[in-house]
Order: sequence, then C-alpha cells, then structure tokens
Amino acid sequence: MTQALHLLADASGDVPYIGAVVVLVLIGIFFGVLLYVGSRVFAVDVDPRIDQIADALSGANCGACGYGGCRAYAEAVVLKGAATNLCAPGGDETCAAVAKIMGVEAEAAEPKVAVVHCKGTRERAASRGSYRGVADCRAAVVPGAGGGEKVCPHGCLGLGTCVAACPFGALVMGPDGLPMVIEQLCTGCGRCVEACPRGIISLHPKSQQTFVLCSSHLKGKAQKEACTIGCIGCRRCVKACPAEAITVTSFRASIDDEKCTNCGTCVEVCPQGIIWSFEKARASYKKPDPKAASACAT
Amino acid sequence: MTVTVSPHRRDGDTVPLIMWTVALALFPAFAVGLYVFGWRAGYVTALSVIFCVATEAIIQKLRGLRVTVSDGSAVVTGLLLAFVLPATVSWYVPLVGAIVAIGVGKQAFGGLGANFFNPALLGRAFLQFAFPTQVSMAKWPIVAGVTGYGRLACDVAGSVDAVTRATPMALLQGKPGVPWSSIVDGSPFGPPMVWLLPGAIAWVLFAVLVIGAVVGVYVSVRTEGRLAAVVGIGALLLFGVMPTGDISFGMIPGCIGETSAWALLLGGLALVYYRLINWRLPAAYLVTVGVLAAFLPMKTAGGEWVALQWGRVMTHVLAGGLFLGAFFMITDMVTSPLTSKGQVAFGILAGVMVALIRIYGGYPEGVCYSILIANAARPLIDKYTRPVVFGRRPPKAAAA
Amino acid sequence: MATHVRKFHGGVHPVDPEKARTRSLAIEDIPAPERVVLALQQHIGAPAKAVVKKGDAVKRGQPVAEAGGFVSVPIHSPVSGKVVEVGTCRHVLGMDVPAVVVENDGEYTNADGVGEAVPGADELTPEEIKNRIRDAGLCGMGGAGFPTHVKLSPPPDKPVDALILNGAECEPALSADHRVMLESAEGVLKGVAYLRRVLERDGKLPATYIGIEDNKPDAIEAMKHARLNVDVECEIVPLHVRYPQGAEKQLIYALLGREVPPQSQRGLPMDVGVVVQNVGTAFAVHEAIDLGTPLIGRVLTIAGDAVGKPANLRVAVGTPVPGLLESRDVAPDAARVIFGGPMMGIAQYTSDLPVTKTTSGILVERGPIEQRFDPCIRCGRCVEVCPMQLVPTRLSVLAEARMYDEMAEWGVIDCIECGCCSYTCPANRPIVHQVKLGKWLLAQAQKKARAQQEKEKQGKGGAA
Repeated sequence: MTQALHLLADASGDVPYIGAVVVLVLIGIFFGVLLYVGSRVFAVDVDPRIDQIADALSGANCGACGYGGCRAYAEAVVLKGAATNLCAPGGDETCAAVAKIMGVEAEAAEPKVAVVHCKGTRERAASRGSYRGVADCRAAVVPGAGGGEKVCPHGCLGLGTCVAACPFGALVMGPDGLPMVIEQLCTGCGRCVEACPRGIISLHPKSQQTFVLCSSHLKGKAQKEACTIGCIGCRRCVKACPAEAITVTSFRASIDDEKCTNCGTCVEVCPQGIIWSFEKARASYKKPDPKAASACAT
Repeated sequence: MTVTVSPHRRDGDTVPLIMWTVALALFPAFAVGLYVFGWRAGYVTALSVIFCVATEAIIQKLRGLRVTVSDGSAVVTGLLLAFVLPATVSWYVPLVGAIVAIGVGKQAFGGLGANFFNPALLGRAFLQFAFPTQVSMAKWPIVAGVTGYGRLACDVAGSVDAVTRATPMALLQGKPGVPWSSIVDGSPFGPPMVWLLPGAIAWVLFAVLVIGAVVGVYVSVRTEGRLAAVVGIGALLLFGVMPTGDISFGMIPGCIGETSAWALLLGGLALVYYRLINWRLPAAYLVTVGVLAAFLPMKTAGGEWVALQWGRVMTHVLAGGLFLGAFFMITDMVTSPLTSKGQVAFGILAGVMVALIRIYGGYPEGVCYSILIANAARPLIDKYTRPVVFGRRPPKAAAA
Repeated sequence: MATHVRKFHGGVHPVDPEKARTRSLAIEDIPAPERVVLALQQHIGAPAKAVVKKGDAVKRGQPVAEAGGFVSVPIHSPVSGKVVEVGTCRHVLGMDVPAVVVENDGEYTNADGVGEAVPGADELTPEEIKNRIRDAGLCGMGGAGFPTHVKLSPPPDKPVDALILNGAECEPALSADHRVMLESAEGVLKGVAYLRRVLERDGKLPATYIGIEDNKPDAIEAMKHARLNVDVECEIVPLHVRYPQGAEKQLIYALLGREVPPQSQRGLPMDVGVVVQNVGTAFAVHEAIDLGTPLIGRVLTIAGDAVGKPANLRVAVGTPVPGLLESRDVAPDAARVIFGGPMMGIAQYTSDLPVTKTTSGILVERGPIEQRFDPCIRCGRCVEVCPMQLVPTRLSVLAEARMYDEMAEWGVIDCIECGCCSYTCPANRPIVHQVKLGKWLLAQAQKKARAQQEKEKQGKGGAA
C-alpha cells in the first residue's frame, strides 16, 4: 500500500494532479459499490406494477380519482383494488394502459367537462352592495362575511376560487364577473366543483350540450327581481321536451344528461333564455374583433 | 352598503409610515456622516438609495407586480447600505451592493416580508468580497482638523498622513506595533455630559436625570404610554451615561453612518418611542457585547492576556458600527424573531458572535456577520419561543 | 377583600370617540312598531319551533315558538296582535332563518302571568328559578346568545364556585350595558341574586363579582349604591380599560387568575368553576321573575360617524332596524352598517334586519373603506396583542398560501375572533376573516373526512 502511495507521489511530480485524480476515482468507486450493495440489501419489496401504473398516469396530482396524488392512486389500484378508470386527466389512453398493467378489461369512462350553472353577470344580477373582504368565494360566504354581493343567494360570487383551484388553467374569470370553462383544457377532475361554495359547477359528459345555466331556487317575482335571466320554474321546458328529460325542483329546471338528446327544443321555449345549447352557440360563433377588450383575466 | 369583515377599525399604522419613520430616525446619523466625511458621504448615500429603489422598481415591473417603492422599505435599505460603506467608494460599489441587497436579499426571496437576511447587510457582506480594498480599508478618510481620537490614532500609528487614520476597531485588533495602553490611557472618551460641569452641579444634575428616568418609567407603566419612559431614560443615557469625545459623537474614521453612537442612540430612542423596535433587542445586543468585551481575555502586542479594561469595553461598544447594528439592523422586523423572548435570545446570540469575531476572529469588524448569522438562526429561535396558547392544558393521557 | 385584578396578555386600546358621545345618553323607550319580525334563531343552539300559524291571535309575552331542544329557548311576542306570516327572515350571519311576523294591534294585552311577579319568588328552588329563566326565553345578551338556563346547568363533575357579571362593555361606541347599570342598578342586582341562588351548591352560594371597566365610574358608583338597597353579597370590581376585557376567558383571568382551556380543548368557564353572565342578562332575569316579563325587549346603542343623533334605546325584540334609524339623522352618504360593535360586529348589506335578543348596537358609518392589504412584515404586533397568545401572522400567511390544514396546528380553532390582530396590523391584513375561513374549511374537511370514512367502511373507493 505504502509503495503504491509512493508511486503516486512520484508520479505527481511528472503529471500534476494525477495522484489526486486517482485517489478521488478510487473513493468514488468505493462509495458506488457501497451504495449498490446497500440498495440490494435494504431493498423494500414493492409490487413493480405500482411504479408502472404511476408512470402511466398523467402525473398531475389533481386528486380527481379521489386519492391523494398519482402515486396514491397507483397504490390503491394495485393494493386495494381501486377501479382502473378513475384518472380523468389521463382519459381513455391512461385507463387502457392501467387496465393492461393490471391485466383486466379496460372500462372507459366517458370524459366529463365542468359547466358553470350561472349566467348572472353584473348587468343581469341585482346587487346588494359591495363586498370588501378577502377575495375568495368561500371567504365571502363564511358566517359573518355577508354572503356575497348578489341579491340571489345561490348565484356565482365571482371572486375566482374555482379559477384558482383548477390545476390545468381551464377556468378563467370573464369580464362580466362569471368564470368561463375552456373545454379543451378541462379534464373533468372536479377540483372546481369542490372549490365552489355555492355548488354551481357540475361535471357533465362531453356529449351533453344543453344546459339550464341557473342554480337559483328563488320563485317567480323574487327571482325576476334578483336576476333578469334566472330560471323561474315556469315548466315550459318540461312540457316541451320530447324526451321528458327535464324536471323542475324548487323552482329550478334541470336536464337529465342521460335522457337528453340535445334537440334544443327547450332552448327555444324558455322565456328567460336561461337554457343554452353549447353546440349551437359554437356553430354560430364569430371570431371576436381583436380590438375588443380581452376576455382573459385572472 | 359596503360589507367588511370584523374588525371594522384599524389603529392607523401602515407599512409606509413605519418605513419612513425609520428613515427619519436615521437622519441624525446621516448628518454626522456628512459633517465628518464631507459631501461625498451624501453622494454615496444618494446613489445607494437611488440604486436600491431602482432595482426594486425594475424587478417588480419585470415580474408584473405592483411597484411598491413608495412604502419606503427600499429607501431604508439604501440608507443602511450606504451607512456601512466608507465615503470613498466608487459609484459602482453602491450599485452592485444595491442589486445584491434588493435583488438577492429581498426580491429573490419573495419581496417585502419574505426575506431571511437583512438585505443591507447581505449587500455589505457581498461587497466585502467583491471590492475588498474599497470596502475594508486600513486607513479611512476623515475631515482634516478633527480633534481627539483622530489625532491620537495618528500619533499612535505614526502616520504622517493628516487625512487618513485607522479605525478604532482596526487598532483594537492588536496589529503588531500598536500598544493597547495608548487606547486605554489616552482616553479617547471624555466623561458623560453632566460630569463636564463643576462637581456639585454635576451630582445634582445626575440625580435629577436618574429620578427623571425612574419617574418616567413609572408614569409610562401607569398610563400604558411610552413617552415618559423614553424621554426619561433617553435623557439619562444621552446626558448622564454616554461618554463625550470623538468616539461617542462620531469624529472617528469609519463608514458613513456608523460613527456617531450619540446620534444613533437618538434615532434609536425615536424608534422605541414609536413602538417600531422592542428596546430589549438592542439592549441585549449591546449589553452582551459590553460584558464579553470586559471579560474575554485578549492578547496584547506584548503577548500577555488582559481583560477588564474599561477603555476597551467602551471602544467595543461605542465604535465599529455596533450602535447602528443594534438599533437599525438587528431590529429589522422582517428578519428578527416575533416575540420579546426570542428577540432577547437573538440579541445575545448576535452579541456573542460580534465579540468572538472581533476579539478572536480574523476581521476587525463583526457587526455585519453577527447579524447575518443571527438572521439564519431566527427560524429556530422563533420555533422555540412560540407562545403557549392561553389556557392550554397539557394533553391528558388517553382515556381508556 | 379587594380582588387583585390581573392584566391579561395582549389587548388593544381602540380609539373611541363614540363612547364619549353615547355614554351620557339616557335610555329612550321606543314603542313597538307596526310589525315585529321574530326570528326563531336568535340564540346559539337549536332553532325554536313555531307554535302558532298564520292568523292566530297572540298576546304580549305569549310564546310564538317553543324551545327546539335542551340547548334552545322559546321566543315570545313583544306585542299583542295577529300572526301575519310564518316564514323566514335574514339572520345577521347571512343565512335565512325561520321567523314569525306579528302585526301589532296597539293594545299590548298581556298574556296570563305577564306583568305580574312570580308568586313565592323568595321560596323558589334553584331548579324552579332555572325553569323560569328557560321559559322566559333568556339567552346571553352580551352578543353570543347562549341559552342562560344551559349555562346555569353545569354537569356534576364541573362544580361552579364563582359567578361573574360582565359589565365590562369593552367594545368601542356601545353604552347599552353602561346605561342599564346606571339606570337600573337595583334591577340588575335583583337578577344577580336569582342567578346566585340557581348556582347554590351544598348550601353555599357562589362568590360573586361584578366586573365594570373603570372608564364607567358612574356605573360603578350606581351599582355600589344599589347594593345598599338590594341585599346581594357581591364584589363590584373596577377593571382595567382594555379591549377585549369583556371577553369571557380574559375576564375570568383578570378577576380570578384562572385560565379557561381554549376552544381546541373544548374549554368552557365551568371547567374552571365559573359562570359568566352579562349584566343585561341579569336584568332580564329580574324582569322575568319579579315582573313576569319574558325576554321581549332590550337596550341597544345607535351610534357611528354617520349618525347625527346617537342614542341608547330600549326596543322590542323584532323591531325592524330601518324604523329605528329614521329619526336618528343618518347621513345620506352612509357606507356601512354594523350590527354589534366595531371590533366584532357584523357588517350588513342592508340595515333591514330585525332586532334580536343579542343586538347590542347598530353602527352606521361613512367611508372610505380600505380593502387592499400588504404582505406581512413580521412586525410581531399581532403576537403582542393577541389575548389568546396565538401567532396571528402565521395564521394569516398560511391562509394566504391556502395551507388551511396547517392553520389547525397553529391554533386557529382557539381564536376568539376579537380583532386585536387586524386592528393593529400595519399591513391591514384581514386576519380575522382568514381565521373564519380557515375554521370553516377545517369544519368542512372534517365533515368530508367523516363521510369518506363511512364510504370506505362500505368498501367503495373514491370516485370523480
């Protein structure tokens, strides 16, 4: 050993630093071997499928599956038998991949999109005053904070908690005080649904295009005084629907996604104009004048 | 009607008010700096302030944030950064210092309230390495014709240059060839102001000051105000305790704002009165340094270990920017602990570091690093001095 | 045997020019309006259940709703007349609650027993006094509204040896309790006597203290003077003026040095052997037993910088507030109306709410009202002033970062929402609002966790 060190020392005279380099390389090899041995001796037995599934998932950690993150969902699938089609952001591809890893049939769940059921803009919805508390929708409805500026106690508060909650940037606050869903970005994870303290956002299958965009249970005159566009529960849509897909509960109509055929009859008959057909709106969409005010604001 | 959530009242203090009051409290020290170091001190200070404000404004604009320079915090950082630099630095020194202080020391952490280290001191520490000869000079310029310590140091150092001197700290470092006795015996300090008057009058006045301080504290406690205590104790300290002499008033070599303990104490009292600093923090800092300077033995040039030298204690406490650090740097709200207890521990920790660095360490000056080290320990101090919730009972052992 | 009064930790001295205006205003009696709106939830606990229906005739002092459980109280009509509606009304906390609307016939015909002293009052047993208190619909009139008879029913393992009457009235601007003590001191003491009897244990009455902030020397004198005529063994203790001296835990600490465990440990005054009652509640006890009148009226203060003619008014419960403000010279540019005091009161979008048993004041104020807040500069003032010795800055910063779970570790549940922290914060941070939000979200999360546990027990996984 000492001879080798002497050799090194001599060599250092001819080729500077060679001793240092050699010593460092040897140290590196030593610790590398140590780490390798350690990783084998102390290895924990994990089902390799967990890692495979975790890789296949979208990695957004959004919680749509109902578990605390992608890794937790992967563990749940392998260890607790959770369903393989719960990853909403991942979509069909991910669901198929997970099913394949688990060796089961893939059951595709229909992709869902969030819809905001309120059209009470600042112009349409009557206001009670002005709110100067923390700019968060939940903060506005906490007992002692007044319950929001609108006369309608069920309407959108417009403070953007849903926008902040969306991990995919699929919600933006519109200039009229209502949040807008960007369908292409929405994965149906449901974070916005949870975040909304008024519960006016719900997930619908992508195929559904017709919605009653009101969440208010006010009746008749009170409804009209609170908001010019709110559903008054007049039941004309119920009678007009050929598929009997609409029901009115507590003065507010709602459409059953399973029965609805998107025929659009209800859209025509609604006197308030609160039933909207998204596909018809898209069909008649004209590109806005680029000089007009921008629609994006957070 | 407008709906706000309780409480619907505020006491009127705002962040800009606090910052601008601190800036104002720095004014006496700045005035002394201008007097001792001349117009160039004003130039360096102005540059430092301008660069700090500009750095903050530019960074905030680039990040798309609201520009908040009007709250005065960048101005305060600029002033403090200038006050720890010599008046002779070139224009690019405060520029680099400002960019590091504000850009790294404040904005990179997340802006006001988010930084861990005192930004001005971080800038100063960086400059120490970036421009060592400009920032830590062996010989420091002062206005020619100043009396007292300056002359003494000139004699001791044997320098024929009438314009530059060594700082008290440098002299204390025991560089070979500088005898201690010249510092101690040469008495660079005079007695406190009241004792400059003839005997009996001095005693009477001192007694009045002491009584005034006691009465002031009593009145303050009774009325839950602060003015009486601050005025009483302030008068006692300024006129009855602080030595006179160049080292106290600031006619000594050093950085722009750090030389005048008297002016800094005045500013510090204003901060205590406006409830901007907790008096315990500078007190803990200063007392710790004083006690350690008295008891820690030091090697003289002759090789003996000496301690308990009054002159050395006074020099340590009054010079070297300790007062600036004690009242304006260590008390920075963002980087100091939240509770009184924590602040006392913080002050003691920093005091120990100053003493160790100055007496046994390689640098003549320890204030800057002592505070930065204490800043690093601040989260730990906060953790261990977290108040116990009122009424909290220890958790009972789990019942069956 | 002067009690040593301690200083509780923290607290602030809010600037209070309003109190100087209102303290010298004698109580004016305001007759009941044409319609009274009687909310069935004016107290903490289960809402009362209506026992009348539309069209029924009612007499003054007759119950229109019975208690909805043990922790509940009945609601009585302050007027005689007809029930015109059994519907809902808006509560100060923002939600709608069931309510009974009675039209006043102007006769004020009393129901049986109302207006007459309870026979044999001196011989009533503690249990009987408590029942009378319950049947009179009494709840804490200091603002919280906790059913009084429940407070007076500590479980056997929590013996009570002290009764404290809260005459602190630490909220700025309000003077209702001050005037009640000044003008009806004997009535208050008579009520205190009944309260003492309810709390009798093993033949001993509780040590009784009446705490009054020493900025009300006239009230202290009045109460001492009244003690000459009403034989009640109690100590009248002047308290330091400091907000929130009237907060229960702080009051108990100041007078007795006992620390009530915080909310996270479900602490109540009875855990340290104390019962605290507001002086207004004590007066209501006297009215209930000596005058046979249930809780149908109360004194409140109308003040605020937009009110030209502030006043202390005795009004009927259920009086719609706009009527009270009509003759008060309210400025047209009034921007904010607060139910309660300025530190803990609740601002409303409209003043059109009814007076309830717990409405201690109505403040109408001008703007401007600043909303913007700055980042926390860690000045530590909030920590200095927090009476619960929490670290409000941490709670605020956590809330801003939406880290609501961690707020629980930092004691958000223990916060009494007194507002000292926000009051003193130079960055104008809405700390109390953030605390309210944190508490609410924690409660929601707990509910959700419990529901999730139930689901998992049934073997289902989570689903989007």
